[in-house]
Amino acid sequence: MRGGAVDLSVDFAGIKMKNPVVLASGTCGFGRELAERFDVEKLGGLASKGLTLKARDGNSGVRIWETPSGIMNSIGLENPGVKGFIEKELDWFGSLNTARIVNLGGHCLDDYLEGVSLLNDLDFDILELNISCPNVKQGGMNFGVKTEVAREVVRRVRGVCRHRLSVKLSPNAEDIVELARACEEEGADGLSLTNTFLAMAVDIYRRRPVFENTYAGLSGPAIKPISLRMVHQVARGVSIPVMGIGGISTWQDAVEFIMAGATAVQIGTATFIKPDVALDVIEGTAAFMKEERIESLEEIRGSI
Amino acid sequence: MTDTARMSRVLSNLQLSRDFFLMRVAEPNEAKMGQFYMLRSWGMYPLLSRPLSVYDADPETLTFLYKVVGQGTKLFSGLRAGDSVATGRALGNTFPVVTGRVALVGGGVGIAPLYLTAKTLKKMDASTRLDLYLGFSDEAVLCGEFEKVGDRVVTDVGGFITDRISPEDYDWVLTCGPEAMMRALYGKCEKAGTKLYVSMERRMACGFGVCLACGCDTSRGRKKVCVDGPVFPAEEVFI
Ligand SMILES: Cc1cc2nc3c(=O)[nH]c(=O)nc-3n(C[C@H](O)[C@H](O)[C@H](O)COP(=O)(O)OP(=O)(O)OC[C@H]3O[C@@H](n4cnc5c(N)ncnc54)[C@H](O)[C@@H]3O)c2cc1C
Ligand SMILES: Cc1cc2nc3c(=O)[nH]c(=O)nc-3n(C[C@H](O)[C@H](O)[C@H](O)COP(=O)(O)O)c2cc1C
Ligand code: FES
Repeated sequence: MRGGAVDLSVDFAGIKMKNPVVLASGTCGFGRELAERFDVEKLGGLASKGLTLKARDGNSGVRIWETPSGIMNSIGLENPGVKGFIEKELDWFGSLNTARIVNLGGHCLDDYLEGVSLLNDLDFDILELNISCPNVKQGGMNFGVKTEVAREVVRRVRGVCRHRLSVKLSPNAEDIVELARACEEEGADGLSLTNTFLAMAVDIYRRRPVFENTYAGLSGPAIKPISLRMVHQVARGVSIPVMGIGGISTWQDAVEFIMAGATAVQIGTATFIKPDVALDVIEGTAAFMKEERIESLEEIRGSI
Repeated sequence: MTDTARMSRVLSNLQLSRDFFLMRVAEPNEAKMGQFYMLRSWGMYPLLSRPLSVYDADPETLTFLYKVVGQGTKLFSGLRAGDSVATGRALGNTFPVVTGRVALVGGGVGIAPLYLTAKTLKKMDASTRLDLYLGFSDEAVLCGEFEKVGDRVVTDVGGFITDRISPEDYDWVLTCGPEAMMRALYGKCEKAGTKLYVSMERRMACGFGVCLACGCDTSRGRKKVCVDGPVFPAEEVFI
């Protein structure tokens, strides 16, 4: 808008964000490494590595495998645990002037609840509840597949959680719109979707799966069209805001997700290739708005 | 997406043997012995950049020695002088500065980081005795170059380079190569009471510490090869 300024800010469940671009959990650590490369406070937000109640070393064997236009990972939620996060990372992470999103995963309901209560009094903006990590055994995934199981987890977590609560959905859900609605009914303030897609690779010479867990999570441009479709369906089916995730690597991708109904977007895999790609997405989106004379993202959100 | 990444101009890209290439690029740098870069010479696909160790460096240029094994290295091998390659910045820790009697042991393309290492150690202390042991599976490359930076160069083609070294002759051994080779060397060094440093290799997605793909179990817990390594004291990783 020649002369006029574009407004990139968005409101996600009452959290005011400078712009809609967030770094996805598990792809930016706690922001420290990236802060050495660019000003992370220019981001709309930053989602922490997925925490679990207890520290985890993650999976052994191959952890990453490239596919045409994507990667599969089997990191297995390696993380310092909720207490480790509070001791070692919170001072830094909590002081960032950007939306601070703490991602929490779990293997059982009690772990989630205990994790939430440990985090309850701390200063950050959104608790992102990961009910969808494909890389931990003991059912981490199951929470995100069946609507009624997800409903129960969200209800119980909502009962104790004092932060804004965004539920991170699995694309492997049996019925993602129905599951999203259940989350909304149980009091989720927002939704993040999608996580990685359950996938597989075979080492034909060893005649074995590449990954020790057989299956791993697919991310990157390969999943973008499917995630986009899911975001479109879910955004139309609920009234809480959605963070669109899946293969976003350019500002055009981000704008697609916003037009499909996302309030904000998260960038994951693309950061591995270009650490400051999120800044390109922010700048590109702003330039596009100027060129198209869009004053606020609300004008295009969910326009299709 | 990578358009704004740091691009370096290829100065030369020489084929040394059937699958070994030496590529020199113009890039101001402060790269140190044992460090690596995440390189790409293509746009979006293949998705990930490829880690390559610094073979040689001066303030204006970087040289990489690589072996063609798959699609990324195949693409590198097609580069010509004047083409561009995205380099980014030097990553990882470095080999330690050691003096006295030093052996550098490389297996296959694992010889890559040893050239700058030899050069650096000699420059830091000219009295250091520096022997190089280079093992190849089918054809030896760059021996003449290594002779310029070491006091003695022992090569082996087709056998086990670890059979050729007596660790008791050295105060320090630094190595890079297949893990099985480095483990065998550790066995010998341990017996001789000689300190060994190894450069580890893991699949990497980011190369700068955020993806956790490159986890390596050590006696000090799980470490990231890309930022805590690639160089580790052998006794920490071969437990
Ligand atoms: C710290 C470090 C330093 C290295 N230095 C050198 C060097 O100086 N010269 C050299 O020739 N090679 C080096 N390598 C190995 C080199 O990175 C791989 O050979 C290269 O990535 C293979 O890519 P590709 O596309 O040709 O093979 P593909 O098999 O097509 O690659 C598929 C994927 O697997 C990964 N991959 C495949 N083989 C390896 C491997 N051995 N190690 C790590 N990732 C792998 C690739 O990066 C890519 O993501 C180094 C590896 C590491 C981790
Ligand atoms: C290496 C890696 C680790 C991840 N770790 C987590 C995690 O700890 N918690 C989580 O909710 N999602 C995790 N994810 C999923 C991402 O946050 C994101 O949902 C997914 O990768 C899709 O986005 P992308 O295609 O932009 O990468 C991880 C993804 C990758 C590639
Ligand atoms: S390669 Fe990503 S953390 Fe080491």
